[in-house]
Amino acid sequence: MKKILAVETKLLLRDWPAIVFSLALPVGLLVVLGQIPDLSKPDPEFGGQRFVDSQLPAQMILLALLTTSFTVLPGVLAAYREQGVLRRMSTTPVHPSRLLGAHLLINLGVAVVAVVLVILAGWLVHGSTPPEQIFGFALVCLLGTAAMLAIGLVIASVAPNAKSAPGIGSVVMFPLMFVAGMWIPREIMPDALRMVSDYSVVGPFINAMRDTWAGDWPQLPHLAVMLVGLALFGGLAVRLFKWE
Amino acid sequence: MKVIEVRNLHKRYPNHVAVHDVSFEVAEGEIFGILGPNGAGKTTTVECVSGLRTPDGGTVRVAGIDPVAERDALRRVLGVQLQSSALPEKIKVWEALDLYASFYPDPADWRALLEQVGLADKRDAQFGKLSGGQRQRLSVALALVGKPRVAVLDELTTGLDPQARRDTWELVEQVRDSGVTIVLVTHFMEEADRLCDRIALIDSGRVVATDSPAGLIARVGDEQRVRFRPSAPVEDSLLTALPEVTSVSRSGEQVVVTGTGNLAPAVTLALAQQQIIPGDLRIEQATLDDAFLALTGRKLA
Repeated sequence: MKKILAVETKLLLRDWPAIVFSLALPVGLLVVLGQIPDLSKPDPEFGGQRFVDSQLPAQMILLALLTTSFTVLPGVLAAYREQGVLRRMSTTPVHPSRLLGAHLLINLGVAVVAVVLVILAGWLVHGSTPPEQIFGFALVCLLGTAAMLAIGLVIASVAPNAKSAPGIGSVVMFPLMFVAGMWIPREIMPDALRMVSDYSVVGPFINAMRDTWAGDWPQLPHLAVMLVGLALFGGLAVRLFKWE
Repeated sequence: MKVIEVRNLHKRYPNHVAVHDVSFEVAEGEIFGILGPNGAGKTTTVECVSGLRTPDGGTVRVAGIDPVAERDALRRVLGVQLQSSALPEKIKVWEALDLYASFYPDPADWRALLEQVGLADKRDAQFGKLSGGQRQRLSVALALVGKPRVAVLDELTTGLDPQARRDTWELVEQVRDSGVTIVLVTHFMEEADRLCDRIALIDSGRVVATDSPAGLIARVGDEQRVRFRPSAPVEDSLLTALPEVTSVSRSGEQVVVTGTGNLAPAVTLALAQQQIIPGDLRIEQATLDDAFLALTGRKLA
């Protein structure tokens, strides 16, 4: 398993533009959007916090996770299925599920890097404080990442080929970013949209990140929605995933 | 000793029956060919042997192992090179071998294997940059890295140029000489004829015949034709007197002798005794294509 992990990490790094893009875009946006004066003033809508304090970084972390989980991961797995990499591996004593496991671990690693980079950039450029309830924040990030990866696996399962996988991922990604409040923060959403947001896995993820950023423990309903999402999509992926 | 036994194998897919009824046995140390046109059920058959598909009927045993029930045990004795299974584009040759070696409890030394398949100088090349022949060589190496007793090679030379094909054939013979039993799936008559000790001819999911290449050809009659341009006039009677000869005909300067058995040596000997030299000597024999046509009523390719 160690060797699979090492080789697959090397392979992903050889295809570095995809990974670099998925990390550079959120960090770049955070730095650039933070220059807009209105966004770096304390805002009563956010309980006196600045937009760049936790709303924007949380959104950027979500963006990074969505890019890797919904486009990079399904792209790699669909290509492996299409080229017969999974099929070849199933002729050896090691089941190709190990390969899948390696990619989930790698994505988890990329998620950690993304989170650290976003927090660091926010802190260095905008003077935003890092998340105060660090354990709660780590728990939320882990659960959120796992749920995103589960959805990514479902996309990899239904994608007919390697070319279409990232496209399908993007189609799912944009509505999710919308309901997560990427363009309209949750606080000013209409009631109906806010309700959708609250059950959308990404909505609770953003809210829980902001709660822990401010020093509170994550709220149980938020964690519950993410857990249900993880179980639902994880189960779906297990049922739908085809090895060839 | 029988390494592989397949009895009355049957496999259905949702819309069609891929394998109706296939039975054969493979002896230790031989190169056993599974020959048939595209869509005959060859690949499905070896996929069942390799434990990648569950048969709907019949039994399969590889070294006494049931491929479905004893998945892990099977994979330790059987190496598989599958049609249309590749590697990630950017994986290097040595990385692929090193990785696949790590999948087995007692792997072969992949460096020696790399030498054996003639890829030592491509050690650091990426899979995506290899030629078709080099990819197939790597594929064979991967099938052998677990030190299998049996190697299944599916459509090994499809898409290769003639030189690469010949090189690959030599490699297959080397592998057999190293003691590995080989199941070779192919739709090339020439390949089966050159490499296989025995062949199962498969058509529409059924075994039409199992025999050595020569044995299969003999089934369509071992009639042969010898053509030559004699250096001096030849009496028909000189040739028709030979027991091997059935008829003699002429077309222009050419003499065409039809017969059986050791026809060519008999004819050239008879001519030599009259100090006649057969110029442009050509021997035409039935081929596996003819055998397939005679046995199924259809052409192989």
